[in-house]
Amino acid sequence: MENKRKYVIPGDVVTSGPFRPEQNVVLEGNKIISTTIGISEIYDDSVRVIPLTGKYIPKINDLVIGKVISHTSLSWELDINSCYVGFLPAQDVFGRDFSAHADELTSKLASGDLVAARIANFDRTRDPLVTISDRDLGKIDSGDLVKISPSKVPRLIGKRGTMIQTIEMATNAAITIGQNGWVVVSCESPEGLLKAKKAIQMVDEKAHVANLTDQVKEMLESKGES
Amino acid sequence: MGGREATMVLLDENGIRCDGRKVDEPRRIMIRAGGLKNADGSAYIEFGDNKILVGVFGPRDVHPKHMSDTDTGILRVRYHMEPFSVGERKNPAPSRREIEISKVIKEALEPAVMLEKFPRTAVDVFIEVLQADGGTRCAALTAASVALADAGIPMRDMVAAIAAGKVADTVILDVNNEEDQAGQADMPIGYMPSLEKVTLMQLDGVLTPEEYKKCVEVGIEGCKLVYDLQKKALNDKYFGNGDN
Repeated sequence: MENKRKYVIPGDVVTSGPFRPEQNVVLEGNKIISTTIGISEIYDDSVRVIPLTGKYIPKINDLVIGKVISHTSLSWELDINSCYVGFLPAQDVFGRDFSAHADELTSKLASGDLVAARIANFDRTRDPLVTISDRDLGKIDSGDLVKISPSKVPRLIGKRGTMIQTIEMATNAAITIGQNGWVVVSCESPEGLLKAKKAIQMVDEKAHVANLTDQVKEMLESKGES
Repeated sequence: MGGREATMVLLDENGIRCDGRKVDEPRRIMIRAGGLKNADGSAYIEFGDNKILVGVFGPRDVHPKHMSDTDTGILRVRYHMEPFSVGERKNPAPSRREIEISKVIKEALEPAVMLEKFPRTAVDVFIEVLQADGGTRCAALTAASVALADAGIPMRDMVAAIAAGKVADTVILDVNNEEDQAGQADMPIGYMPSLEKVTLMQLDGVLTPEEYKKCVEVGIEGCKLVYDLQKKALNDKYFGNGDN
């Protein structure tokens, strides 16, 4: 597998032959062409490119961090770092017995607040519908927001969460990663907070480097001693 | 033409052009991806004495709203020349020529970008010509492709562009300002090398059918040279030096 990975840019022929084109590739004749800058991966029967750049495209069930930008009498609008705004209906927060004239939306969420939300529904015709009625979702009261490229979120999580575990263990920080590239870090000790933020930014900058987990580990440990 | 010396030699007896190039030799080309922090994608190109900066934003909300399309994203291109980009101050207001070039570049990029993945959005491409020396539309198109790729817009292929032309009854590659003013024909070509498709083709001047064929051939070969430099610019930014 490892030797089949390749750096590609739009127009590059990833491979040719009977493969199923998956993410970020198109089939032209019998050639499979990459449509984005990224790393190509060839599996037994399919081909995909992991992008290194680009905006966040909402997917149902994604956890995202959103920022309240405005509200109407019935809903909030969230900036979810995408080309679409997240739509959070008031019923979701106040419950079924919400009434537009009795309940004041700003009492729960005001402009500028950060929320952890889940994409409940999204298709081509509508803006993404988000929900915060679930465990671990809702308003975020404390922590620092770090913005990274959405395409590098999988790298920050790592294989089966190894990367993020490494950072959390070394710094004692609690990290919430939104699939949209917004990450909230909270930590009791200021040093741990700074270190965790630095580690996250390091992953963002060096996402394409091999065995990055070791490098991050090294950075975290070396800083701890000094 | 254009008040230039009528005696200027565009092509001497050794087949050397007015700026010392051979007939099939492009000017010096340098492309750099990225550079603008606030844009989603950007590129800078030096194409001979042309200097062009391109910024790409999007996909993002469409304003005014009525321009949006529920089936697909839309591409908007603005080609603009700085007042100081040419010898005599250019009025910064969009001229007839700039509006035309904006449209032509937009239509040359549309076959490459896959905006149907982002309905109700717009991708904005801003092209600023800092210094012009003939062939800006080709250089701008080349840089715009790199900037779009840098922004992560899905593309079937990048568009590379260069002009072919005719001076002193000879087909040449990469027409410069002097050759454009005093030459016999100028043919900008935009080409997607991986897909082998032409996306831009214009012709100003008179060519025989044979010369026309030769021009297209020479132009496409030139586009392939430009394409390699586009790829190099992106590889340099994203993967460091040459570890591909």
